[in-house]
Amino acid sequence: MSEIIIENLSRRRFLQGSAGLTLGFCLPAIAAGAAGKLGAAAAVDTEINAFLKIGTDNSVTILSKHLEMGQGSYTGLATILAEELDADWKLVRVEGAPADAKRYNNTFWGPAQGTGGSTAMANSWEQMRKAGASGRAMLVSAAAKRWNVGAADIVVRDGIVSHAGSGRQASFGELAQDAARETVPADIKLKDPKDFRLIGKQARRKDSAAKTNGTAQFTQDVFLPGMLVAVVAHPPLFGATVKSFDASKARAVKGVVDVVQIPQGVAVLATDTWSAKKGRDALSVSWDDSKAFKLGSDEILAKYKEMAKKPGLVAANKGDTAKTFAGAAKVVSASFDFPYLAHAAMEPMNCVVQLKADGCDVWNGEQFQTVDQGRVAALFGLKPEQVKLNMLYAGGSFGRRACTHSDYVLEAAHIVKAINGKAPVKLVWLREDDMRGGYYRPLFHHALEAALDGNGKLVGWRHRLVGQSILTGSPFEAMMVKDGIDHVSVEGASNLPYAIPNLTVDLHTPTDIGVPVLWWRSVGSSHTAYSTEVFLDQVAAAMSKDPVALRLELLAEHPHHAGVLKLAAEKANWGTPLKAAAGERRGRGVAVHESFNSFVAHVAEVTIKKDGSIRVDRVVSAVDCGTAINPDNIRSQVEGSVGFALSAAMSGEITLKGGRVEQGNFDGYPVLRIGDMPRVEVHIVPSALAPTGIGEPGVPPVAPAVANAIAAATGKFLTRLPFNTTDLVA
Amino acid sequence: MIKLTINGKVHQVDVAPDTPLLWALRDTLQMTGTKYGCGQALCGACTVHVEGSPVRACMTPVSAVAGRKITTIEAIDTQRVGKAVQEAWRKLDVVQCGYCQSGQIMSAVALLSQNRKPTDADIDNAMSGNLCRCATYVRIRAAIHEAAKALA
Repeated sequence: MSEIIIENLSRRRFLQGSAGLTLGFCLPAIAAGAAGKLGAAAAVDTEINAFLKIGTDNSVTILSKHLEMGQGSYTGLATILAEELDADWKLVRVEGAPADAKRYNNTFWGPAQGTGGSTAMANSWEQMRKAGASGRAMLVSAAAKRWNVGAADIVVRDGIVSHAGSGRQASFGELAQDAARETVPADIKLKDPKDFRLIGKQARRKDSAAKTNGTAQFTQDVFLPGMLVAVVAHPPLFGATVKSFDASKARAVKGVVDVVQIPQGVAVLATDTWSAKKGRDALSVSWDDSKAFKLGSDEILAKYKEMAKKPGLVAANKGDTAKTFAGAAKVVSASFDFPYLAHAAMEPMNCVVQLKADGCDVWNGEQFQTVDQGRVAALFGLKPEQVKLNMLYAGGSFGRRACTHSDYVLEAAHIVKAINGKAPVKLVWLREDDMRGGYYRPLFHHALEAALDGNGKLVGWRHRLVGQSILTGSPFEAMMVKDGIDHVSVEGASNLPYAIPNLTVDLHTPTDIGVPVLWWRSVGSSHTAYSTEVFLDQVAAAMSKDPVALRLELLAEHPHHAGVLKLAAEKANWGTPLKAAAGERRGRGVAVHESFNSFVAHVAEVTIKKDGSIRVDRVVSAVDCGTAINPDNIRSQVEGSVGFALSAAMSGEITLKGGRVEQGNFDGYPVLRIGDMPRVEVHIVPSALAPTGIGEPGVPPVAPAVANAIAAATGKFLTRLPFNTTDLVA
Repeated sequence: MIKLTINGKVHQVDVAPDTPLLWALRDTLQMTGTKYGCGQALCGACTVHVEGSPVRACMTPVSAVAGRKITTIEAIDTQRVGKAVQEAWRKLDVVQCGYCQSGQIMSAVALLSQNRKPTDADIDNAMSGNLCRCATYVRIRAAIHEAAKALA
């Protein structure tokens, strides 16, 4: 981890002769918390450090450098800081921090601010603890001076600083302005975990109130004076461009103000969304397809299968796989196909951009500050710091709002540029724009082989993957692509935890596929967990071994994997029979996977009807994500991960025909509905280690656990996603 | 001009008669609690009540609801059932990203107004038109039972 510096801008400003207040420190109009600012117009906030402000009304405002897209980051970060500060949780609120790669960088990413890779808690753990503890120390220091008592005799509890000897006490609000003048302590003492009062308990979500009364502000909800809404005609093929267009009918639509060409298509600007949509639909555009990508997904898959016949670049190698397979007593093999997947967040992509005399303001569910800021600045010829990003709640993202190419953000900026900044613009992607806008989880083909020796022991493993690289051509390429291997193409496969003495993982990365791809909740593990865990069950079947027993044998060196596996199996009564109704088949399946340094095992119970239809009845999960900052949020994330992953396994598939995406809305791309949601039980392994992440790690083992349960019920291992129920007709 | 009665207040909106209620609410009146998700009544994010029944505002032209009683998430806490549902949602921390939750709550209130003791099957049936991409469904079921308990 890079060094963490807690800045105290207030103090610096104070020394420069200005008040130690955060006036002019522009913050987005979003705040989450029970202690709202209603009727508190007179309250003044004092900035204690980059992550903490305290109001004269005793409110404690925590600045979140991470996007809240549902994963609970606002509440989690606030929990950590408030713990060390000894704040009153009821008075804690959260605001999105501005874009500032120096103060608010993701400490795992170097000098870049952004949210992803399930790092929000992990990279902020020490930083937020120190921010809280140093704030507490400064409040104590200020009180000690004011009361002329020793700091060591001062106690802080629930936002009240008190001194038993003198009987004096003061609230945070009463001390804040003095505290801001205190020196930031060089040596900060953090709490002993046994003294935690918020961490590991049930701190309620800070965004529940606003998200249940319609007041939570998403990008879609931004209105600025004079703002125009833009709906864009995008090319039907990736890589096509505008040849010409006729806007006469579009301009005749009441409410339409302007029609402009941008690199991404033709934008219709109107006073409101409906008029912009009608205008867009009335456009006549002819497209230049000469450089467009025109293959269908069947052709892409056929090409990948052909590529898989030859060795690729080696991503992992140990022992002597060639020799092992040559001498094997038995070889088990299987191949797996994974489709393109859309993120399909409930809030389609959108962005508001306003050009001003001295810079540019952006409102966005901002997941990738430093990247987006740099790109928008470059487009307008501004310095990055002149681009102010207002981070709003995101109505889901699952990776989509951290676009390696800033696609929709730049599209909004291009529209503003095309109208010379004469009005602020809200770009609205309609559902079809979002579904067909690319940046999908890449389509992948995997081929696996396992070698058993004469004693029936698993001695060799070969895993070949074929699929597009997400990171090549992105700002993260230098960091994440080594010797032609994109780490996120093979993660979860190249680090297979099982003790198999001879292993080769190799990769083909096609470079001539023009479909934009991106990380999708759990990234590489969204496919590698499936192929490795389902294949391992096929191997277990060939060895006549119990899937849990075989895994535990092979995980002797991996206690965290083994820990969650044992816990999930025990809680699910692994090995006991499942009762099936007449004409139904039932089965139980297991999978375990590590992603983003967290370990998750699921046991799924399924029922298969005669017609092959699948019902997932129950999922029992065990997770080890280090210190559980907020156990209820961990449960919530795992519940959601089960539904999200199941949605993809049952029906998620983006297909192309002649280069054209065939799905446009939730009819063609069905998302799991409540009736298909299983019961979910989540068990958390107690841990004193630093927290890891939980936004993504619940996803990867869901589909393989379900597939293994289906195989237990039917004897059929499903090797193509989404599941084809006709394969399971009795 | 079309007369819309929303949350007990009469609004005159100057929009084309074919404008979906969703956009009149959001863009004309800036009542943004009701969300756009699909525009085709497939996701339920835009659910409002018309005369107490759940309706997808994205496919309902304003001309069809002129003069009828419209209720949105912004006023749901003024009803006893609405208040109970909202409180259950908060007690169980149902929300994740939150974007679909206005619609979920509107559908849940409509269900509980008709059926004070819904079973899981009743819930799955009544809520089947409301997508949640975060899949908060486990808690949606639990919160509806919780609200039913509070209302009993």
